Amino acid sequence: MNILEALRLAVNGLVANRLRSALTMLGILIGVGAVILLVAVGNGASAAVQAQIQSLGSNLLIVFPSSARTSGVQGGFGSQQTLTFQDVQAINNQSAAPDVVAAIPISNSRGQVVFANQNWNTSVNGTTQAFPQVRNYTVGQGAFFTAEDVTAGRKVAVIGPTVAQNLFVNGEDPVGQSIKINRQLFRVIGVFDSKGAAAFGGNQDDLITVPITAAWAYLSGGRNKNVASIYVEASSNTTAAKNEVTQILLDQHKISDPAQADFSVNSQQDIAATASQATGILTILLGAIAAISLVVGGIGIMNIMLVTVTERTREIGIRKAIGARRRDILLQFLIESMFLSGLGGLLGILVGAGGAALLPKLVSALPTPVVSVPSVLLAFGVSVGIGLFFGIYPANRAAALNPIEALRYE
Amino acid sequence: MIVLEGVTKVYRMGSVEVHALRGVDLHVAAGEFVAIMGSSGSGKTTLMNLIGCLDQPSSGRYLLDGIDVAELNDNQLAAIRNLKIGFVFQSFNLIPRSSALHNVEMPLIYAGSGDGRRERSLEALDAVGLGDRAGHQPTELSGGQQQRVAIARALVTDPAVLLADEPTGNLDSESSLEIMKLFTELHQQGRTIVLITHESDIARFASRVVRVKDGLVQSDMPQVAYAQ
Repeated sequence: MNILEALRLAVNGLVANRLRSALTMLGILIGVGAVILLVAVGNGASAAVQAQIQSLGSNLLIVFPSSARTSGVQGGFGSQQTLTFQDVQAINNQSAAPDVVAAIPISNSRGQVVFANQNWNTSVNGTTQAFPQVRNYTVGQGAFFTAEDVTAGRKVAVIGPTVAQNLFVNGEDPVGQSIKINRQLFRVIGVFDSKGAAAFGGNQDDLITVPITAAWAYLSGGRNKNVASIYVEASSNTTAAKNEVTQILLDQHKISDPAQADFSVNSQQDIAATASQATGILTILLGAIAAISLVVGGIGIMNIMLVTVTERTREIGIRKAIGARRRDILLQFLIESMFLSGLGGLLGILVGAGGAALLPKLVSALPTPVVSVPSVLLAFGVSVGIGLFFGIYPANRAAALNPIEALRYE
Repeated sequence: MIVLEGVTKVYRMGSVEVHALRGVDLHVAAGEFVAIMGSSGSGKTTLMNLIGCLDQPSSGRYLLDGIDVAELNDNQLAAIRNLKIGFVFQSFNLIPRSSALHNVEMPLIYAGSGDGRRERSLEALDAVGLGDRAGHQPTELSGGQQQRVAIARALVTDPAVLLADEPTGNLDSESSLEIMKLFTELHQQGRTIVLITHESDIARFASRVVRVKDGLVQSDMPQVAYAQ
């Protein structure tokens, strides 16, 4: 018996039990669809994070405070505000750090911003005049604040386009308007150009920058002169800049052993590597959860194939009586179960890919899922393989039936 | 064509040994129409299973068309059933949800013969007078018609022996008569037919009657002598 004939028999058998076949296929369909969709979501998140890190600029170093050791007690990451404005000034010293182009402090918090009867909640960043240069922002309308504004602690603000849209709903020119940030009056002197969406629903256009001195004085109650992180734009020699920054901060913090450092200097590559590790784990985790449902679908196939074999015992007897060999019967039922799972897999691919295309429209915060060709091929291969694996036992049982007993079966 | 010599068959049912056949000698020549008669429990079904190569004897020899069947493995037995034997069952045993034509084609499919499969199957259906019912499903055919399809299926490989097990057991008397007439025609065309039945009305159509009782051949005589 050739494969084509076996396939015809399989289709016949499946069509005869349409509802049952459809429900069995649904198990595989959901499994494959889930694998493809969830892996696509994981891949999408990974791609978005990588893209965001790329957009930071390849010469960027970010200094974070890290666990501080105080008489043997180790705090967690960022447990202490160990970075200061003096650190930033030290890094900006050209003779000590020839490979550093510019360094800026960031002191950020959430803030409620009000203009007229509109209000908006956004990220308020205290920083210095070099912010646009280091973070690759350009100011479209107006201008960014100057070194003098920072020194004087002037209450001026440069806002992102998203903030502008949400506050100035009647098309007013934001530049020159006064807005309230946490009930403090600031004057808008500039609006950034749009930079687009960031990873995990973050929006790089949704921010306000103010002189860090003004942030300390008016937004954090004047008590806390913290620097949450330092962004450093390095020359093309990132490694040299990283070493210089590390040495300067060790000196500043009077730490002799680099292993005891209370800060960490991360290059874009470091962050990208960490992020891809994290999103890779996310992808594997999502894929694994989906794979479980695929196995459940396979067990469903096995269950139905066992029922089918029992139901068709007599037919198997007839086939054997008229000359079917063991392998003919084996092939018939194996192809039936593989056809069932393969078709379920194909439909699952459509559902998974369709879901991946539809998901961003339903959940706007999610990064665009990326359906990868290997995951589709793998899912299809695995679904056919599941049909084969879970079909072997029932098919073998059918093939091993004694024709006399099978013919007598009612 | 069929040579059985000292054939026994012993089943084990739990711890009990059942001697279904106790030493049967039977020779059927080519072109004969033999009825094997016996009441239930006589061993006639076991005999049919052995002749049909669905089962193998515990001891003794069985030559079918010169082939010693006792020596064969599963696959070889399947091939023998496919090519040398045409089965006709009491309950028709057509494959459900398959057209008459597809049912008749089935043995050729398992034989692996692709060429002229459709033509040969249609010929066989014509031979049983159902050429115009090729596309019908078994459920769309009457009992008599289903049995004719089964006979066409048995004939399509041009087997050495046509083996019919109570072929009229599920039919009314009119259909039974038609089927037996068909068998008679096939016999006249030179087919070797072995018919298993417990009805003497049916056995009447055969040219030779073998009576089986308690696993032994009780009598074996031509139709004329049996009728007396």
